[in-house]
Amino acid sequence: MLIQRLSLGLLTLFVVSVIIFLAVSMLPGDAAQAMLGQAATEETVEALRKRMGLDQPPYIRYFTWLGGILQGDFGTSIANGREISELLGGRFVNTIHLAVFAAVISVPLALILGLLAALYRNSIYDRSVNVVTLSSISTPEFFVAYILILLVSVKLGWFPSLANVSPDTPFAERLYKTFLPAMTLTLVVVAHMMRMTRAAIINLLASPYIEMAALKGINRRRIITHHALPNAWAPIVNVIVLNLAYLIVGVVVVEVVFVYPGLGQLLVDSVQRRDLPVVQACCLIFAATYVLLNLIADILSILTNPRLLHPK
Amino acid sequence: MSNLDKLTQELRAGRLSRRDFLQAATALGFGAVAPALLTTAHAMPKRGGKLTAGIGHGSTTDSLDPGSYENDFTIGGAFARFNYLTEIDNEDNLVGELAESWESPDAITWTFQLRKGVEYHNGMTMVAQDVVNSFNHHRHADSTSAAKPIVDPIVDIKADGDHVVVFTLEAGNADFPFLVSDYHIPILPTVDGQLDWMSGVGTGPYVLQSYDPGVRMTFTRNPNYWKEGRAHFDEGEMITIADVGARTNALTTGEIEMMDRCDIKTLHLLQRNSNVVVGETSGTGHYTIPMRTKVAPFDDNNIRMALKYGLDREAMLQTVLGGHGTVGNDHPIGRGQRYHASDLEQRTYDPDKAKHYLKQAGLDSIEVDLSAADAAFSGAVDAAQLYKEHAAKAGITINVKRVPADGYWSDVWNNDNHGWCFSYWGGRPTEDWMFTTAYAEGAEWNESDWSHARFNELLKAARSELDENKRRDMYVEMQTLCSNEGGAVVPVFNNYIHAKSTKVAHADSMATNWANDGQRYMERWWFN
Repeated sequence: MLIQRLSLGLLTLFVVSVIIFLAVSMLPGDAAQAMLGQAATEETVEALRKRMGLDQPPYIRYFTWLGGILQGDFGTSIANGREISELLGGRFVNTIHLAVFAAVISVPLALILGLLAALYRNSIYDRSVNVVTLSSISTPEFFVAYILILLVSVKLGWFPSLANVSPDTPFAERLYKTFLPAMTLTLVVVAHMMRMTRAAIINLLASPYIEMAALKGINRRRIITHHALPNAWAPIVNVIVLNLAYLIVGVVVVEVVFVYPGLGQLLVDSVQRRDLPVVQACCLIFAATYVLLNLIADILSILTNPRLLHPK
Repeated sequence: MSNLDKLTQELRAGRLSRRDFLQAATALGFGAVAPALLTTAHAMPKRGGKLTAGIGHGSTTDSLDPGSYENDFTIGGAFARFNYLTEIDNEDNLVGELAESWESPDAITWTFQLRKGVEYHNGMTMVAQDVVNSFNHHRHADSTSAAKPIVDPIVDIKADGDHVVVFTLEAGNADFPFLVSDYHIPILPTVDGQLDWMSGVGTGPYVLQSYDPGVRMTFTRNPNYWKEGRAHFDEGEMITIADVGARTNALTTGEIEMMDRCDIKTLHLLQRNSNVVVGETSGTGHYTIPMRTKVAPFDDNNIRMALKYGLDREAMLQTVLGGHGTVGNDHPIGRGQRYHASDLEQRTYDPDKAKHYLKQAGLDSIEVDLSAADAAFSGAVDAAQLYKEHAAKAGITINVKRVPADGYWSDVWNNDNHGWCFSYWGGRPTEDWMFTTAYAEGAEWNESDWSHARFNELLKAARSELDENKRRDMYVEMQTLCSNEGGAVVPVFNNYIHAKSTKVAHADSMATNWANDGQRYMERWWFN
């Protein structure tokens, strides 16, 4: 089954690459025009097209690119000739760093808040944590980011407003500099995971086996952690993984506000410049992230609840 | 600001005591910034420190190839690392940089004497052949360089020994020494017979340490820098901060010491911060609204004049630029330029005159399309809406067509399918350069597709004219022609606005050819 899923994943990646290629080709203008901008003349645009290989028909360009990918060669950026693997490397590390940092804070936080909310359902605590997390998820990310910058950076001066990291920044300093972006992302993703934890558990609390456990006289906390939670993992894991994927692929706004050199900014720059190989490479990474994380979510769900292998 | 400038000058001349200066400045409403000005006025440049600059431009697709430089990040980085044959100094005078002097008997053959013993960052010595190679980098047949229009008229470049370079042009150009100050044409070393632009090595004030396009560039001071009284910082760093809010935050929290492209809407709030000084220069940058003069109805000059009178420039200046600029007079020459036509009457908003010109064209009212996107300049769409309101009073209906910002320069601008749109010019330091680029018949970027026989004749004649007075007359006439018959509405000239920490100082006058002291802040500024 795993092999089947993996090959389906590869097929998905292939389809994604075709769609991206077509979509970028359909955008007005090409890399040569975009690069020269207002300074474009017919003559220089033609020369640049030739140098970039844009004078080739699209399908030839696509298959040349695909051939390279199959051999593990991402190619070079057509805008500045840099190796894409080198261009992506540092930024990929940055993106993963921020995603992991945010996940390490937000996942345990969401689970604990969610469990407590289920435990003390309809209490003041439950309501207030719902209000707070729902308001933070409903606020645009950049606004959350600016509020954090204003309070923590401008007024209190505790953390820098720029997540100005370079490859040789020591790990501790990196954590310090990326704290505000990680907090912003945490505020954005916690609500979803926490609500799902709460809902999944409350859903189970109505089932007969929980009632049985309650009748046996087990206390409420133990019922939730030992009886309800193991059966609730499947939906929770799925939501957590969905949010992890979001932390990797959807953070461009946070990157811009904190000037954090991640993949999102690279993708936006490259789309503007019609730098197709870089766009393709970024999109493949993002698509692969989704495919892999979904696979992991399914595997984890099945491990926690093997009955899912045998649907009714 | 002119009163304050005067005060500062008086202070420096010793006609005003520090106390009087502070009192007078406070009376003018500059109390908060006066102490900073006081230090600026007196401080001598000091060596040391690391300047971190937050720059709004810069993209991951940037390259080290000087022919590809096109944004403020790459331009600032170039002036930090490189030298050019000539330089526009901080008082806007043309001075020699790697060229010590130059001469031409006929404006066709130009002989440049090079400075001797100038070393590159890699220890090589700059020679005349490097100059030849540096120019040829932009000249060859399949060149993609943005400097091509500048180097195209060069027929021949020869090195005469190690310290003399001779340029031969296809026709006379009295401004040639200005042209070679262009940021695209730094003098670079020749390694193994090839021009070495890949390493980022030059002869300039700072040595490149690291470059991550779209992220940052770092430098250390060039210990062998030849230029006196320049390159005061020990280290420099430029960071791309695309978001103006993030840039402002970084400045107020002290993570950067200087930012460019301030947000005009919040500038008054930034000015309240006592640790920050806002600086403005009014340069050659201007907005244009070019009409395609060969597309109906813009092929009729009466219609063009009606539209020129149908715009309230003052209102546009206040609304779109918050007053940080000057009104334009439908030609592209700035007030600070050598041959600006200061006697030419300023065009003002006059719906009656607009109606009069419509009548001349045989019309009572007219409907025209105006394509706008904020790619042209920030606020272009607002400007279009304003224009629509103003012109309505003259019986002109402007349909504002919003077009995508993405791909604007390739699909909308300079295109007959969009008869009227918005555009922006960073300006050029010489009249000839500006006119040749955007108003000469047949020029690629003649955005209004204007061809005027007398104008083009004057353009050629003025270019090779070495007599100052005759040249002035010709340029004044050309500005008048442009204003009265040209295809572009030039509503405003925008100021360049930067902000810096009070710790950073610079000379009293800043160059206006580009933003941020001619983009030479790394070389010219210092920590006090």
